[in-house]
Amino acid sequence: MTATTIETAARRDPRRAGFALSEKQTWGLLFVAPYIAIFIGFVLFPVGYSFWLARDPQLYVQLAADPIFLRTVVNTFIFLVVAINLKMALALFLSGFFTHKRWWVKVLAVLFVLPWAVPSIPTILSVRFMLNPEWGVINTLIFSLTAEDGPNWLNNPALALSLSMLVHIWKSLPFWTLILLAARLAIPGELYEAASVDGAGAWHRFRYITWPSMSTLYVTCTLLSMIFTVGDFNSVYLLTGGGPADLTHVLATLGIRYLRLDQIGMAMASIVCALPLVLPLVFFMMKRLSK
Amino acid sequence: MRLKRALRGIGLEAGLLLIGIPVLLWTLIPIYHMFLFAISPKDAAFSGQLWPSHPTLRNFEMVIGQKHHFLYHFWLQMWNSLVISVGTAAITLFVATAAAFAISRLRMKGGRLVMNLALLTYFIPAAFLAVPMYKTMGMYGLLNSDWSLVLAMTTLSSPYAIWILRQASDKLPVELDEAAMIDGASPLQLFRLIYLPLMVPSLIAVGTYALLLAWNEYLYAFLLLSKDTAITLPVALGNFLSADDSPWELLMTAGFLYALPPAAIYYAFRRYMSSGLTAGAVKG
Repeated sequence: MTATTIETAARRDPRRAGFALSEKQTWGLLFVAPYIAIFIGFVLFPVGYSFWLARDPQLYVQLAADPIFLRTVVNTFIFLVVAINLKMALALFLSGFFTHKRWWVKVLAVLFVLPWAVPSIPTILSVRFMLNPEWGVINTLIFSLTAEDGPNWLNNPALALSLSMLVHIWKSLPFWTLILLAARLAIPGELYEAASVDGAGAWHRFRYITWPSMSTLYVTCTLLSMIFTVGDFNSVYLLTGGGPADLTHVLATLGIRYLRLDQIGMAMASIVCALPLVLPLVFFMMKRLSK
Repeated sequence: MRLKRALRGIGLEAGLLLIGIPVLLWTLIPIYHMFLFAISPKDAAFSGQLWPSHPTLRNFEMVIGQKHHFLYHFWLQMWNSLVISVGTAAITLFVATAAAFAISRLRMKGGRLVMNLALLTYFIPAAFLAVPMYKTMGMYGLLNSDWSLVLAMTTLSSPYAIWILRQASDKLPVELDEAAMIDGASPLQLFRLIYLPLMVPSLIAVGTYALLLAWNEYLYAFLLLSKDTAITLPVALGNFLSADDSPWELLMTAGFLYALPPAAIYYAFRRYMSSGLTAGAVKG
Protein backbone atom coordinates (compact mmCIF):
# COMPACT_ATOMS: atom_id res chain seq x y z
CA MET A 1 0.00 0.00 0.00
CA THR A 2 2.66 2.47 1.09
CA ALA A 3 4.95 1.32 -1.68
CA THR A 4 2.30 1.96 -4.28
CA THR A 5 1.58 5.41 -2.91
CA ILE A 6 5.25 6.34 -3.07
CA GLU A 7 5.50 4.97 -6.58
CA THR A 8 2.48 6.92 -7.76
CA ALA A 9 3.85 10.03 -6.12
CA ALA A 10 7.17 9.50 -7.85
CA ARG A 11 5.47 9.13 -11.16
CA ARG A 12 3.62 12.41 -10.61
CA ASP A 13 6.86 14.13 -9.67
CA PRO A 14 7.03 17.02 -12.13
CA ARG A 15 10.80 16.63 -12.54
CA ARG A 16 10.34 13.10 -13.87
CA ALA A 17 7.03 13.38 -15.65
CA GLY A 18 7.85 16.75 -17.09
CA PHE A 19 7.39 18.18 -20.54
CA ALA A 20 9.97 15.90 -22.20
CA LEU A 21 8.21 12.72 -21.12
CA SER A 22 4.75 13.79 -22.16
CA GLU A 23 6.13 14.97 -25.49
CA LYS A 24 7.68 11.53 -25.94
CA GLN A 25 4.33 9.99 -25.08
CA THR A 26 2.48 12.12 -27.62
CA TRP A 27 4.95 11.27 -30.34
CA GLY A 28 4.74 7.62 -29.33
CA LEU A 29 0.99 7.64 -29.84
CA LEU A 30 1.41 9.39 -33.16
CA PHE A 31 3.95 6.84 -34.38
CA VAL A 32 1.87 3.88 -33.31
CA ALA A 33 -1.39 5.31 -34.67
CA PRO A 34 -1.09 3.87 -38.22
CA TYR A 35 -0.77 0.34 -36.88
CA ILE A 36 -3.62 0.87 -34.42
CA ALA A 37 -5.79 2.09 -37.30
CA ILE A 38 -4.97 -1.05 -39.33
CA PHE A 39 -5.59 -3.25 -36.30
CA ILE A 40 -9.00 -1.71 -35.56
CA GLY A 41 -10.10 -1.54 -39.20
CA PHE A 42 -8.90 -4.91 -40.43
CA VAL A 43 -8.60 -7.16 -37.37
CA LEU A 44 -10.73 -5.99 -34.45
CA PHE A 45 -13.78 -4.89 -36.39
CA PRO A 46 -13.88 -7.83 -38.86
CA VAL A 47 -13.33 -10.41 -36.14
CA GLY A 48 -15.89 -8.81 -33.81
CA TYR A 49 -18.43 -8.50 -36.59
CA SER A 50 -17.92 -12.11 -37.63
CA PHE A 51 -18.39 -13.41 -34.11
CA TRP A 52 -21.63 -11.48 -34.08
CA LEU A 53 -22.63 -13.17 -37.35
CA ALA A 54 -21.84 -16.56 -35.82
CA ARG A 55 -23.90 -15.98 -32.68
CA ASP A 56 -26.94 -18.08 -33.69
CA PRO A 57 -26.83 -21.48 -31.88
CA GLN A 58 -28.82 -22.97 -34.77
CA LEU A 59 -25.72 -22.63 -36.96
CA TYR A 60 -23.80 -25.01 -34.72
CA VAL A 61 -26.59 -27.57 -34.82
CA GLN A 62 -26.52 -27.33 -38.61
CA LEU A 63 -22.75 -27.60 -38.63
CA ALA A 64 -22.70 -30.69 -36.42
CA ALA A 65 -25.28 -32.27 -38.74
CA ASP A 66 -23.05 -31.70 -41.77
CA PRO A 67 -21.05 -34.91 -42.32
CA ILE A 68 -18.38 -32.93 -44.18
CA PHE A 69 -17.69 -30.92 -41.05
CA LEU A 70 -16.90 -33.95 -38.90
CA ARG A 71 -14.68 -35.36 -41.62
CA THR A 72 -12.93 -31.99 -41.89
CA VAL A 73 -12.16 -31.88 -38.18
CA VAL A 74 -10.66 -35.38 -38.35
CA ASN A 75 -8.63 -34.44 -41.46
CA THR A 76 -7.31 -31.28 -39.81
CA PHE A 77 -6.28 -33.25 -36.76
CA ILE A 78 -4.46 -35.87 -38.85
CA PHE A 79 -2.84 -33.14 -40.91
CA LEU A 80 -1.53 -31.34 -37.83
CA VAL A 81 -0.30 -34.39 -35.94
CA VAL A 82 1.21 -36.36 -38.83
CA ALA A 83 2.45 -33.69 -41.24
CA ILE A 84 3.91 -31.31 -38.65
CA ASN A 85 5.73 -33.94 -36.63
CA LEU A 86 7.10 -35.61 -39.74
CA LYS A 87 8.20 -32.25 -41.10
CA MET A 88 9.88 -31.10 -37.89
CA ALA A 89 11.68 -34.41 -37.43
CA LEU A 90 12.94 -34.18 -41.02
CA ALA A 91 13.95 -30.55 -40.49
CA LEU A 92 15.90 -31.52 -37.38
CA PHE A 93 17.65 -34.31 -39.25
CA LEU A 94 18.43 -32.22 -42.33
CA SER A 95 19.69 -29.28 -40.26
CA GLY A 96 22.37 -31.70 -39.03
CA PHE A 97 23.14 -32.69 -42.62
CA PHE A 98 23.60 -29.06 -43.66
CA THR A 99 26.19 -28.40 -40.94
CA HIS A 100 28.68 -30.55 -42.88
CA LYS A 101 31.21 -28.40 -44.68
CA ARG A 102 31.41 -29.59 -48.30
CA TRP A 103 31.14 -27.42 -51.39
CA TRP A 104 28.26 -29.47 -52.73
CA VAL A 105 26.35 -29.32 -49.46
CA LYS A 106 26.56 -25.52 -49.71
CA VAL A 107 25.20 -25.60 -53.27
CA LEU A 108 22.46 -27.97 -52.17
CA ALA A 109 21.55 -25.65 -49.28
CA VAL A 110 21.02 -22.83 -51.78
CA LEU A 111 18.78 -24.97 -54.03
CA PHE A 112 16.98 -26.50 -51.07
CA VAL A 113 15.35 -23.13 -50.26
CA LEU A 114 13.64 -22.91 -53.66
CA PRO A 115 10.30 -24.51 -52.63
CA TRP A 116 9.96 -21.89 -49.93
CA ALA A 117 11.16 -18.99 -52.09
CA VAL A 118 8.84 -19.57 -55.06
CA PRO A 119 5.06 -19.07 -54.92
CA SER A 120 2.86 -22.07 -54.12
CA ILE A 121 0.49 -21.98 -57.02
CA PRO A 122 2.72 -22.97 -59.97
CA THR A 123 4.60 -25.64 -58.02
CA ILE A 124 1.51 -27.22 -56.43
CA LEU A 125 -0.23 -27.27 -59.82
CA SER A 126 2.89 -28.87 -61.27
CA VAL A 127 2.57 -31.66 -58.68
CA ARG A 128 -1.11 -31.92 -59.51
CA PHE A 129 -0.27 -32.48 -63.18
CA MET A 130 2.33 -35.10 -62.28
CA LEU A 131 -0.42 -36.98 -60.45
CA ASN A 132 -2.95 -36.89 -63.27
CA PRO A 133 -4.10 -40.51 -63.67
CA GLU A 134 -4.23 -40.57 -67.48
CA TRP A 135 -1.25 -38.62 -68.73
CA GLY A 136 0.59 -37.46 -65.61
CA VAL A 137 4.27 -38.29 -65.63
CA ILE A 138 4.04 -40.60 -62.61
CA ASN A 139 1.44 -42.91 -64.06
CA THR A 140 3.15 -42.81 -67.44
CA LEU A 141 6.30 -44.09 -65.75
CA ILE A 142 4.39 -46.72 -63.79
CA PHE A 143 2.78 -47.89 -67.01
CA SER A 144 6.04 -48.09 -68.94
CA LEU A 145 7.71 -49.99 -66.10
CA THR A 146 4.96 -52.41 -65.09
CA ALA A 147 2.53 -52.25 -68.05
CA GLU A 148 -0.23 -51.63 -65.51
CA ASP A 149 -2.24 -48.51 -64.80
CA GLY A 150 -1.13 -46.53 -61.78
CA PRO A 151 -3.59 -45.52 -59.07
CA ASN A 152 -6.01 -42.65 -59.51
CA TRP A 153 -4.04 -40.64 -56.96
CA LEU A 154 -6.32 -37.74 -56.17
CA ASN A 155 -9.54 -39.71 -56.41
CA ASN A 156 -8.79 -41.67 -53.26
CA PRO A 157 -9.44 -39.54 -50.16
CA ALA A 158 -6.70 -41.13 -48.03
CA LEU A 159 -4.11 -40.85 -50.81
CA ALA A 160 -5.21 -37.33 -51.70
CA LEU A 161 -4.91 -36.12 -48.11
CA SER A 162 -1.51 -37.79 -47.72
CA LEU A 163 -0.32 -36.12 -50.91
CA SER A 164 -1.55 -32.74 -49.62
CA MET A 165 0.54 -33.33 -46.53
CA LEU A 166 3.56 -34.13 -48.69
CA VAL A 167 3.03 -30.92 -50.65
CA HIS A 168 2.81 -29.01 -47.39
CA ILE A 169 6.05 -30.60 -46.21
CA TRP A 170 7.74 -29.90 -49.54
CA LYS A 171 6.79 -26.24 -49.30
CA SER A 172 7.65 -25.45 -45.68
CA LEU A 173 10.46 -27.88 -44.83
CA PRO A 174 13.22 -25.47 -45.99
CA PHE A 175 12.05 -22.69 -43.68
CA TRP A 176 12.12 -24.82 -40.53
CA THR A 177 15.36 -26.51 -41.55
CA LEU A 178 17.01 -23.09 -41.85
CA ILE A 179 15.76 -22.06 -38.41
CA LEU A 180 17.00 -25.26 -36.78
CA LEU A 181 20.27 -24.98 -38.71
CA ALA A 182 20.81 -21.48 -37.29
CA ALA A 183 20.26 -22.91 -33.81
CA ARG A 184 22.72 -25.75 -34.43
CA LEU A 185 25.38 -23.36 -35.68
CA ALA A 186 24.97 -21.30 -32.51
CA ILE A 187 26.14 -24.23 -30.36
CA PRO A 188 29.83 -23.70 -29.44
CA GLY A 189 32.08 -26.07 -31.40
CA GLU A 190 34.30 -26.70 -28.36
CA LEU A 191 31.54 -28.76 -26.81
CA TYR A 192 31.70 -31.22 -29.69
CA GLU A 193 35.50 -31.28 -29.70
CA ALA A 194 35.56 -32.06 -25.99
CA ALA A 195 32.98 -34.80 -26.50
CA SER A 196 35.02 -36.31 -29.36
CA VAL A 197 38.11 -36.38 -27.18
CA ASP A 198 36.07 -38.24 -24.59
CA GLY A 199 35.13 -40.74 -27.30
CA ALA A 200 31.45 -39.82 -27.70
CA GLY A 201 29.84 -41.15 -30.89
CA ALA A 202 27.44 -39.27 -33.17
CA TRP A 203 24.38 -40.38 -31.23
CA HIS A 204 25.83 -39.35 -27.88
CA ARG A 205 26.88 -35.98 -29.24
CA PHE A 206 23.31 -35.42 -30.44
CA ARG A 207 21.71 -36.76 -27.27
CA TYR A 208 23.85 -34.87 -24.76
CA ILE A 209 24.91 -31.70 -26.60
CA THR A 210 22.71 -30.86 -29.59
CA TRP A 211 19.29 -31.86 -28.32
CA PRO A 212 19.46 -30.21 -24.87
CA SER A 213 20.37 -26.87 -26.44
CA MET A 214 17.70 -27.10 -29.14
CA SER A 215 14.74 -28.81 -27.52
CA THR A 216 13.01 -25.58 -26.42
CA LEU A 217 13.31 -24.09 -29.89
CA TYR A 218 12.16 -27.35 -31.43
CA VAL A 219 8.96 -27.33 -29.38
CA THR A 220 8.37 -23.64 -30.11
CA CYS A 221 8.81 -24.25 -33.83
CA THR A 222 6.47 -27.24 -33.76
CA LEU A 223 3.71 -25.23 -32.08
CA LEU A 224 4.26 -22.24 -34.36
CA SER A 225 4.13 -24.50 -37.37
CA MET A 226 0.86 -25.99 -36.11
CA ILE A 227 -0.70 -22.53 -35.85
CA PHE A 228 0.46 -21.63 -39.36
CA THR A 229 -0.70 -24.96 -40.76
CA VAL A 230 -4.23 -24.58 -39.41
CA GLY A 231 -4.35 -21.64 -41.80
CA ASP A 232 -2.71 -23.46 -44.73
CA PHE A 233 -5.26 -23.18 -47.49
CA ASN A 234 -3.05 -23.74 -50.55
CA SER A 235 -1.66 -27.23 -49.91
CA VAL A 236 -5.10 -28.78 -49.83
CA TYR A 237 -7.14 -26.49 -52.06
CA LEU A 238 -4.73 -26.32 -54.97
CA LEU A 239 -3.99 -30.03 -54.97
CA THR A 240 -7.34 -31.67 -54.25
CA GLY A 241 -9.80 -28.78 -54.15
CA GLY A 242 -11.24 -30.50 -51.06
CA GLY A 243 -12.32 -33.43 -53.20
CA PRO A 244 -13.09 -36.18 -54.00
CA ALA A 245 -16.65 -35.57 -52.75
CA ASP A 246 -15.46 -32.95 -50.20
CA LEU A 247 -13.66 -35.67 -48.24
CA THR A 248 -10.24 -34.01 -47.98
CA HIS A 249 -11.23 -30.60 -46.63
CA VAL A 250 -9.37 -29.15 -43.67
CA LEU A 251 -10.74 -26.31 -41.53
CA ALA A 252 -8.84 -23.75 -43.62
CA THR A 253 -10.59 -24.79 -46.84
CA LEU A 254 -13.98 -25.58 -45.29
CA GLY A 255 -14.53 -22.00 -44.10
CA ILE A 256 -13.76 -20.75 -47.61
CA ARG A 257 -16.07 -23.40 -49.09
CA TYR A 258 -19.00 -22.15 -46.97
CA LEU A 259 -18.07 -18.59 -47.90
CA ARG A 260 -18.18 -19.46 -51.60
CA LEU A 261 -21.60 -21.05 -51.07
CA ASP A 262 -22.66 -17.72 -49.57
CA GLN A 263 -23.11 -19.25 -46.11
CA ILE A 264 -21.03 -16.78 -44.16
CA GLY A 265 -22.70 -17.75 -40.88
CA MET A 266 -21.62 -21.38 -41.36
CA ALA A 267 -18.15 -20.24 -42.41
CA MET A 268 -17.73 -18.28 -39.20
CA ALA A 269 -19.29 -21.02 -37.09
CA SER A 270 -16.78 -23.54 -38.45
CA ILE A 271 -13.96 -21.15 -37.53
CA VAL A 272 -15.40 -20.61 -34.05
CA CYS A 273 -15.40 -24.40 -33.64
CA ALA A 274 -11.68 -24.42 -34.45
CA LEU A 275 -10.90 -22.01 -31.62
CA PRO A 276 -10.58 -24.70 -28.91
CA LEU A 277 -7.83 -26.15 -31.08
CA VAL A 278 -6.09 -22.88 -31.86
CA LEU A 279 -6.44 -20.80 -28.68
CA PRO A 280 -4.33 -23.04 -26.38
CA LEU A 281 -1.54 -22.98 -28.97
CA VAL A 282 -1.81 -19.20 -29.31
CA PHE A 283 -1.89 -18.73 -25.54
CA PHE A 284 1.22 -20.85 -25.13
CA MET A 285 3.06 -19.04 -27.92
CA MET A 286 2.13 -15.62 -26.52
CA LYS A 287 3.55 -16.60 -23.13
CA ARG A 288 6.74 -17.74 -24.82
CA LEU A 289 7.31 -14.85 -27.17
CA SER A 290 6.00 -11.77 -25.35
CA LYS A 291 8.71 -11.43 -22.76
CA MET B 1 44.21 -47.62 -37.37
CA ARG B 2 44.79 -45.35 -40.35
CA LEU B 3 42.82 -47.70 -42.56
CA LYS B 4 39.95 -47.66 -40.09
CA ARG B 5 39.88 -43.88 -40.12
CA ALA B 6 40.00 -43.78 -43.92
CA LEU B 7 37.13 -46.26 -44.09
CA ARG B 8 35.11 -44.19 -41.65
CA GLY B 9 35.80 -41.11 -43.81
CA ILE B 10 34.50 -42.87 -46.90
CA GLY B 11 31.49 -44.07 -44.95
CA LEU B 12 30.67 -40.50 -43.93
CA GLU B 13 30.97 -39.21 -47.51
CA ALA B 14 28.78 -42.03 -48.80
CA GLY B 15 26.24 -41.35 -46.06
CA LEU B 16 26.16 -37.66 -46.92
CA LEU B 17 25.60 -38.44 -50.60
CA LEU B 18 22.90 -40.91 -49.65
CA ILE B 19 21.05 -38.07 -47.94
CA GLY B 20 22.02 -35.35 -50.40
CA ILE B 21 20.83 -36.99 -53.60
CA PRO B 22 17.27 -37.71 -52.41
CA VAL B 23 17.07 -34.20 -50.97
CA LEU B 24 18.12 -32.73 -54.33
CA LEU B 25 15.57 -34.81 -56.25
CA TRP B 26 12.79 -34.10 -53.75
CA THR B 27 13.45 -30.36 -53.97
CA LEU B 28 13.80 -30.01 -57.71
CA ILE B 29 11.35 -32.49 -59.25
CA PRO B 30 8.18 -30.32 -59.03
CA ILE B 31 10.10 -27.27 -60.24
CA TYR B 32 11.86 -29.15 -63.03
CA HIS B 33 8.56 -30.69 -64.08
CA MET B 34 7.12 -27.20 -64.43
CA PHE B 35 10.12 -26.08 -66.48
CA LEU B 36 9.86 -29.18 -68.67
CA PHE B 37 6.23 -28.34 -69.45
CA ALA B 38 7.24 -24.80 -70.34
CA ILE B 39 9.82 -25.85 -72.95
CA SER B 40 7.88 -28.78 -74.44
CA PRO B 41 5.54 -28.59 -77.42
CA LYS B 42 1.86 -29.17 -76.63
CA ASP B 43 1.08 -32.84 -75.88
CA ALA B 44 4.76 -33.78 -75.67
CA ALA B 45 5.18 -32.85 -72.02
CA PHE B 46 3.40 -35.95 -70.77
CA SER B 47 5.72 -38.57 -72.13
CA GLY B 48 7.92 -38.88 -69.05
CA GLN B 49 11.10 -37.97 -70.89
CA LEU B 50 13.81 -36.22 -68.89
CA TRP B 51 14.43 -33.75 -71.72
CA PRO B 52 11.98 -33.04 -74.59
CA SER B 53 13.08 -34.34 -78.00
CA HIS B 54 12.10 -31.00 -79.55
CA PRO B 55 12.53 -28.27 -76.95
CA THR B 56 10.76 -25.07 -77.94
CA LEU B 57 10.28 -21.51 -76.77
CA ARG B 58 6.87 -21.34 -78.41
CA ASN B 59 5.05 -21.44 -75.05
CA PHE B 60 7.00 -18.43 -73.85
CA GLU B 61 6.15 -16.65 -77.07
CA MET B 62 2.44 -17.43 -76.56
CA VAL B 63 2.47 -16.18 -72.97
CA ILE B 64 4.55 -13.07 -73.58
CA GLY B 65 2.51 -12.22 -76.67
CA GLN B 66 -0.76 -12.92 -74.75
CA LYS B 67 -1.86 -15.18 -77.58
CA HIS B 68 -4.40 -17.31 -75.73
CA HIS B 69 -7.76 -16.27 -74.34
CA PHE B 70 -6.66 -17.34 -70.85
CA LEU B 71 -3.75 -14.95 -71.17
CA TYR B 72 -5.26 -11.83 -72.72
CA HIS B 73 -4.43 -9.81 -69.58
CA PHE B 74 -1.16 -11.51 -68.65
CA TRP B 75 0.95 -8.35 -68.48
CA LEU B 76 -1.82 -6.35 -66.79
CA GLN B 77 -2.12 -9.08 -64.16
CA MET B 78 1.64 -9.14 -63.72
CA TRP B 79 1.47 -5.36 -63.28
CA ASN B 80 -1.32 -5.74 -60.69
CA SER B 81 0.85 -8.21 -58.78
CA LEU B 82 3.74 -5.77 -58.89
CA VAL B 83 1.72 -2.74 -57.78
CA ILE B 84 0.13 -4.68 -54.95
CA SER B 85 3.36 -6.16 -53.63
CA VAL B 86 5.29 -2.89 -53.84
CA GLY B 87 2.36 -1.09 -52.20
CA THR B 88 2.22 -3.70 -49.44
CA ALA B 89 5.96 -3.47 -48.83
CA ALA B 90 5.87 0.34 -48.68
CA ILE B 91 2.90 0.57 -46.33
CA THR B 92 4.17 -2.27 -44.14
CA LEU B 93 7.53 -0.54 -43.81
CA PHE B 94 5.88 2.76 -42.92
CA VAL B 95 3.47 1.28 -40.37
CA ALA B 96 5.89 -1.20 -38.78
CA THR B 97 8.92 1.10 -38.59
CA ALA B 98 6.88 3.79 -36.89
CA ALA B 99 5.27 1.35 -34.45
CA ALA B 100 8.58 -0.34 -33.60
CA PHE B 101 10.14 3.11 -33.00
CA ALA B 102 7.35 4.09 -30.62
CA ILE B 103 7.50 0.80 -28.72
CA SER B 104 11.25 0.31 -28.57
CA ARG B 105 12.84 3.79 -28.65
CA LEU B 106 10.17 6.10 -27.23
CA ARG B 107 9.13 3.41 -24.72
CA MET B 108 5.58 4.69 -24.89
CA LYS B 109 3.04 3.60 -22.29
CA GLY B 110 0.94 0.80 -23.70
CA GLY B 111 3.70 -0.20 -26.09
CA ARG B 112 3.67 -3.68 -24.61
CA LEU B 113 -0.05 -3.94 -25.21
CA VAL B 114 0.37 -2.90 -28.86
CA MET B 115 3.13 -5.49 -29.29
CA ASN B 116 0.92 -8.18 -27.79
CA LEU B 117 -2.01 -7.25 -30.02
CA ALA B 118 0.31 -7.48 -33.02
CA LEU B 119 1.60 -10.88 -31.93
CA LEU B 120 -1.94 -12.08 -31.38
CA THR B 121 -2.78 -11.03 -34.95
CA TYR B 122 0.29 -12.89 -36.18
CA PHE B 123 -1.12 -16.04 -34.58
CA ILE B 124 -4.54 -15.88 -36.25
CA PRO B 125 -4.39 -18.53 -38.99
CA ALA B 126 -4.49 -16.63 -42.29
CA ALA B 127 -7.35 -18.67 -43.77
CA PHE B 128 -9.51 -17.90 -40.73
CA LEU B 129 -9.03 -14.16 -40.95
CA ALA B 130 -9.82 -14.34 -44.67
CA VAL B 131 -13.55 -14.86 -44.07
CA PRO B 132 -14.08 -11.77 -41.86
CA MET B 133 -11.69 -9.81 -44.06
CA TYR B 134 -13.72 -10.56 -47.18
CA LYS B 135 -16.94 -9.54 -45.46
CA THR B 136 -15.48 -6.28 -44.16
CA MET B 137 -13.81 -5.31 -47.42
CA GLY B 138 -17.25 -5.66 -48.98
CA MET B 139 -18.69 -3.31 -46.35
CA TYR B 140 -15.89 -0.79 -46.95
CA GLY B 141 -16.66 -1.00 -50.68
CA LEU B 142 -13.08 -1.99 -51.52
CA LEU B 143 -13.68 -5.33 -53.27
CA ASN B 144 -11.97 -5.50 -56.67
CA SER B 145 -9.74 -2.57 -55.82
CA ASP B 146 -5.97 -2.86 -55.41
CA TRP B 147 -6.38 -1.25 -52.00
CA SER B 148 -8.32 -4.17 -50.57
CA LEU B 149 -5.45 -6.59 -51.17
CA VAL B 150 -2.76 -4.07 -50.19
CA LEU B 151 -4.50 -3.37 -46.88
CA ALA B 152 -5.23 -7.05 -46.23
CA MET B 153 -1.62 -8.04 -46.92
CA THR B 154 -0.36 -5.16 -44.77
CA THR B 155 -2.56 -6.45 -41.96
CA LEU B 156 -0.96 -9.87 -42.33
CA SER B 157 2.64 -8.70 -42.72
CA SER B 158 2.93 -5.85 -40.24
CA PRO B 159 2.74 -7.89 -36.98
CA TYR B 160 5.81 -9.95 -37.85
CA ALA B 161 7.48 -6.84 -39.26
CA ILE B 162 6.91 -4.91 -36.02
CA TRP B 163 8.20 -7.81 -33.99
CA ILE B 164 11.41 -8.18 -36.00
CA LEU B 165 12.03 -4.42 -36.12
CA ARG B 166 11.42 -4.05 -32.39
CA GLN B 167 14.00 -6.73 -31.64
CA ALA B 168 16.55 -5.11 -33.94
CA SER B 169 15.79 -1.70 -32.48
CA ASP B 170 16.16 -2.92 -28.89
CA LYS B 171 19.76 -3.77 -29.69
CA LEU B 172 20.68 -0.15 -30.54
CA PRO B 173 22.29 1.55 -27.51
CA VAL B 174 20.00 3.83 -25.44
CA GLU B 175 22.87 6.31 -25.09
CA LEU B 176 22.41 7.33 -28.73
CA ASP B 177 18.90 8.61 -28.04
CA GLU B 178 19.96 10.23 -24.78
CA ALA B 179 22.84 12.06 -26.41
CA ALA B 180 20.60 13.25 -29.23
CA MET B 181 17.90 14.36 -26.79
CA ILE B 182 20.43 16.35 -24.76
CA ASP B 183 21.49 18.04 -27.99
CA GLY B 184 17.86 19.04 -28.37
CA ALA B 185 16.73 16.57 -31.03
CA SER B 186 12.97 16.08 -31.28
CA PRO B 187 11.58 12.54 -31.50
CA LEU B 188 10.99 13.13 -35.19
CA GLN B 189 14.66 14.05 -35.76
CA LEU B 190 15.66 11.06 -33.66
CA PHE B 191 13.58 8.86 -35.94
CA ARG B 192 14.87 10.33 -39.17
CA LEU B 193 18.54 10.95 -38.39
CA ILE B 194 19.47 8.15 -35.99
CA TYR B 195 16.92 5.38 -36.00
CA LEU B 196 16.26 4.95 -39.75
CA PRO B 197 19.91 4.92 -40.91
CA LEU B 198 20.87 2.35 -38.28
CA MET B 199 17.93 0.10 -39.08
CA VAL B 200 18.58 -0.21 -42.83
CA PRO B 201 19.54 -3.93 -42.86
CA SER B 202 16.41 -4.89 -40.91
CA LEU B 203 14.28 -2.62 -43.08
CA ILE B 204 15.54 -4.42 -46.18
CA ALA B 205 14.69 -7.78 -44.61
CA VAL B 206 11.19 -6.68 -43.59
CA GLY B 207 10.49 -4.96 -46.91
CA THR B 208 11.51 -8.08 -48.82
CA TYR B 209 9.40 -10.23 -46.53
CA ALA B 210 6.29 -8.11 -47.14
CA LEU B 211 6.97 -7.89 -50.88
CA LEU B 212 7.27 -11.66 -51.28
CA LEU B 213 4.29 -12.34 -49.01
CA ALA B 214 2.06 -10.14 -51.17
CA TRP B 215 3.47 -11.35 -54.49
CA ASN B 216 2.95 -15.00 -53.53
CA GLU B 217 -0.50 -14.62 -51.94
CA TYR B 218 -3.28 -16.63 -53.52
CA LEU B 219 -6.20 -17.00 -51.08
CA TYR B 220 -6.78 -13.33 -50.24
CA ALA B 221 -6.23 -12.29 -53.84
CA PHE B 222 -8.77 -14.78 -55.07
CA LEU B 223 -11.37 -13.72 -52.51
CA LEU B 224 -10.92 -9.97 -52.78
CA LEU B 225 -10.37 -9.56 -56.53
CA SER B 226 -12.47 -11.14 -59.24
CA LYS B 227 -12.54 -8.95 -62.37
CA ASP B 228 -10.17 -10.20 -65.10
CA THR B 229 -8.48 -6.81 -65.21
CA ALA B 230 -8.20 -6.48 -61.42
CA ILE B 231 -6.85 -9.89 -60.44
CA THR B 232 -3.22 -10.69 -59.75
CA LEU B 233 -1.30 -13.36 -61.63
CA PRO B 234 -1.80 -16.22 -59.12
CA VAL B 235 -5.58 -15.81 -59.34
CA ALA B 236 -5.37 -15.89 -63.12
CA LEU B 237 -3.34 -19.11 -62.91
CA GLY B 238 -5.91 -20.59 -60.53
CA ASN B 239 -8.65 -19.77 -63.04
CA PHE B 240 -7.03 -22.15 -65.54
CA LEU B 241 -8.24 -24.95 -63.27
CA SER B 242 -11.90 -24.16 -63.71
CA ALA B 243 -11.89 -25.03 -67.42
CA ASP B 244 -11.62 -28.54 -68.85
CA ASP B 245 -9.65 -27.60 -71.95
CA SER B 246 -6.97 -25.62 -70.13
CA PRO B 247 -3.69 -25.31 -72.03
CA TRP B 248 -1.55 -26.74 -69.24
CA GLU B 249 1.76 -26.10 -70.95
CA LEU B 250 0.84 -22.38 -71.07
CA LEU B 251 -0.23 -22.45 -67.44
CA MET B 252 3.14 -23.90 -66.47
CA THR B 253 4.96 -21.35 -68.63
CA ALA B 254 3.07 -18.44 -67.10
CA GLY B 255 3.66 -19.96 -63.66
CA PHE B 256 7.36 -20.23 -64.37
CA LEU B 257 7.54 -16.56 -65.37
CA TYR B 258 5.55 -15.64 -62.26
CA ALA B 259 7.89 -17.62 -59.98
CA LEU B 260 11.10 -16.08 -61.33
CA PRO B 261 10.97 -12.60 -59.73
CA PRO B 262 10.39 -13.80 -56.14
CA ALA B 263 13.14 -16.41 -56.47
CA ALA B 264 15.54 -13.78 -57.84
CA ILE B 265 14.62 -11.30 -55.09
CA TYR B 266 14.98 -13.95 -52.44
CA TYR B 267 18.46 -14.90 -53.60
CA ALA B 268 19.50 -11.25 -54.01
CA PHE B 269 18.50 -10.39 -50.44
CA ARG B 270 19.19 -13.78 -48.86
CA ARG B 271 21.91 -12.32 -46.64
CA TYR B 272 19.47 -9.87 -45.04
CA MET B 273 16.60 -12.32 -45.00
CA SER B 274 18.33 -15.11 -43.12
CA SER B 275 20.02 -12.89 -40.56
CA GLY B 276 17.00 -10.64 -40.09
CA LEU B 277 14.20 -13.14 -40.16
CA THR B 278 15.61 -16.19 -38.45
CA ALA B 279 17.07 -14.05 -35.64
CA GLY B 280 13.58 -13.45 -34.32
CA ALA B 281 12.53 -17.04 -34.52
CA VAL B 282 15.68 -18.40 -32.93
CA LYS B 283 15.29 -16.11 -29.95
CA GLY B 284 11.87 -17.60 -29.16
